[in-house]
Amino acid sequence: MSMPVHQAGNLEGADSAPMPNRRRTRRFNKAFFLNKLFKNYFLFSILTLCAVLALVIFFIGRTAILVFGDVSPAEFFFSLDWTPEEGRFGAALFILNTLSLTLLTLIMAVPISVGLAILMAEIAPKWMKKAIRPVLDLLVGIPSIVYGYLGLTVLLPFLRELSGEGLGDGLLAAAIVLTIMILPTISRISDDAIGAVPKKYREAAYALGSTRLQVIFRVVLPAAGRGIVAAVILGMTRAIGETMAVVMVIGNTPQLAKTLFTPSSVLTSNIVMQISNVEFDSAWNYALHMMAFLLLLISFALILVIRYLGRKGGAES
Amino acid sequence: MNRFSASRKQIRALRLDRIATACFYGLGALVLLLIFWLLFTILGKGLPGITLSFLTKLPEEIDPGGGIGPMLFNSFYVLILSLIISIPIGVGAGIYMAEYAPKNRFTEVLRICVESLSSVPSIVFGLLGLAIFAELLGIGLTILGGAVSLAFLNLPMLARVTEEAVRAVPDDLRNASYALGATKFEVIRSVVLPVAMDGIVTGICLVAGRAFGESAVIILTAGLSTSGEMWDFNLFSPGETLAVHLWYVNSEAIVEDARQIADKSAAVLVFVVLLINLLFRVPLWFNNRKLKR
Repeated sequence: MSMPVHQAGNLEGADSAPMPNRRRTRRFNKAFFLNKLFKNYFLFSILTLCAVLALVIFFIGRTAILVFGDVSPAEFFFSLDWTPEEGRFGAALFILNTLSLTLLTLIMAVPISVGLAILMAEIAPKWMKKAIRPVLDLLVGIPSIVYGYLGLTVLLPFLRELSGEGLGDGLLAAAIVLTIMILPTISRISDDAIGAVPKKYREAAYALGSTRLQVIFRVVLPAAGRGIVAAVILGMTRAIGETMAVVMVIGNTPQLAKTLFTPSSVLTSNIVMQISNVEFDSAWNYALHMMAFLLLLISFALILVIRYLGRKGGAES
Repeated sequence: MNRFSASRKQIRALRLDRIATACFYGLGALVLLLIFWLLFTILGKGLPGITLSFLTKLPEEIDPGGGIGPMLFNSFYVLILSLIISIPIGVGAGIYMAEYAPKNRFTEVLRICVESLSSVPSIVFGLLGLAIFAELLGIGLTILGGAVSLAFLNLPMLARVTEEAVRAVPDDLRNASYALGATKFEVIRSVVLPVAMDGIVTGICLVAGRAFGESAVIILTAGLSTSGEMWDFNLFSPGETLAVHLWYVNSEAIVEDARQIADKSAAVLVFVVLLINLLFRVPLWFNNRKLKR
C-alpha cells in the first residue's frame, strides 16, 4: 500500500513541489472520511445486534405474558400437571427436566472437552494438533438433526440392550447426544483461549522447575480461565437450547424425569412438538411462549452467573 | 539435605506428570475414534445408495423412490440468503467489540447483549420468526422468513468469532501500522483483518455449517413443505430444507422407504457441510500464501 504512494511522490516531486502536498491532503481527507464512516458502521452493526435481542424479548415476552390471564403464575411455575387439552398448564416439570438435562450434559462434557483442549494446546506435538483440529471441525459440521437421527437409530437400541429398560429413551440418551454435540464447541474455544496465553508465563513457570502438569493447572488454565468460561457458556447455551437432537431421543412425554430412562420432555422439545398444532390466541400458545421466555431467562441468568464467576476468578489469579 | 526432600517431591510431580500425559493422550484417542466411527456410520450407511436422480427428483408422498431435490435446493438458498444478511453485520459488530469499544459501562452492556443473544436458543428465534412473519406481516411460512430468522441466529456467533480472531492479533502489528501514519480504519483493513482472516473464515465456516443443518428455526419459519417445484427462487414460497426433511421423514412420512431416505438425507447433509467447510477454506490458503511471501 505504501509503495505506490512513495513512487507517485517521487515522480511529481520532479516538476512541481506543492503538488504532492495537495494530493496528500485529499488522500488524508478520504482516509479520515472512511475512518469515520466505518467506525459508525461498526457501531451500527453492534447496535443492530442489540436491536435483535430487543426484538426477541419484546415479541416473545408480549405473547408470553398473556398466559397469566388464563393460568395463575403459581400453577404455571409449580404444578407438575401439563394437560393442555383440559386447561392445566403446569410447566414446572419441563423446567426441572431442562435443568437436570443440562447439568448431566455438563458433568460429562466439560472434563472431556477441556481435557481435549489441553491435549491440543499444551501436550500434543504440533503435527498432531494440526490433525486433531480439522477432525473436531468435522464434528461441528454434523447438523443437530443428524445427531438426533443417529441417537434414534444407533444409541437408543444400544441403551435398550444395556439397561434392559423400556425404550432406552430419556435423560441419559439426550445427555449423551448433547455431550457429543457440545464437545467440539467447548474444546475448540478453550483451545484458542489456552493458545492465547503468552508464552512467557509458561517459560517463567518452567524456569521455576514446574512439571508440565503443574504449568498447565497452575499457570495456563488460570490465565486462560476467561476464555474457557466463555467456551463453556457457548456449549451450555447450545445444550439448553438444543431442540431437534433432544426431541428425537427424549421420549416426548410430559412427565418428570425421575430416572435416567424415564421418557420425558424438556422446554425446547415440548415447544417444537406442540407449537404447530395450536392457535395464535389460545392459552396453550401463550403457555408455550412463556416456556420460550423462560428458556430466555434461564440462559440470561446463567450467563450472568458465569460472568460473575469469571470476574471473581480473574481477580484472584 | 534439602535436596533429598525436594527431589522426592519432584519425583512424585514427574510421575504425576507422566500419568496425566498418558491420560490426555488416551482421551484424545478415544474422542477421535468416536468421531471417525460417527462419520463412518452416517456416510457409510447413506452415501452408497445416492444417485443423481435422488438428489434432483421431487419427493414422493406414498410411493417409494422419491428424491430430495427441492429440499436440497432450499437448504442452499436459505443458507446463502442468511449469510448475505448476517456476515456484514456480524463481522462489523465483532470488529467494533474488539477494536473500538472503550472500557466503560456502555461496552459492558453491549457485551452482555452479545452474550445474551448468543445464548438465545434456536427455537426461540423460530418463535420470533413465526411472530414477525406469520403473525405480524401475515405472509405465512416462507423462505424469506426462514433466512432472516437464521441470520438472527448467526449474528452473535459471527460477532463472537470475529472478536476473538481480531483480539488475537498482536498489538505490535497495530502499533507499527499506526507509526506509519495509518488511520484506525486503515490499520484494521490492511493489517488487522488480513492477520485475523484465518480465524474469521474458520468462524464463518462453523456458522455456515451450523446454519445449513439448522432445523428448529426452519420448521417454525419456513414450514414442513415445499412449493413442489425444483429451482423455485420465489422468496415467498414455503421452504422446507433438507434438515427439516430428515425430521419430517422420521416423524410423519408414510412412504415405505422412509428409513432409506432418512439414511441418505443424513449422509447428504453431512457431506455437504463438510464440502462447505472445504470450499470456505480455499480463499484462506491463498491468503496465507500471500502473507508468507
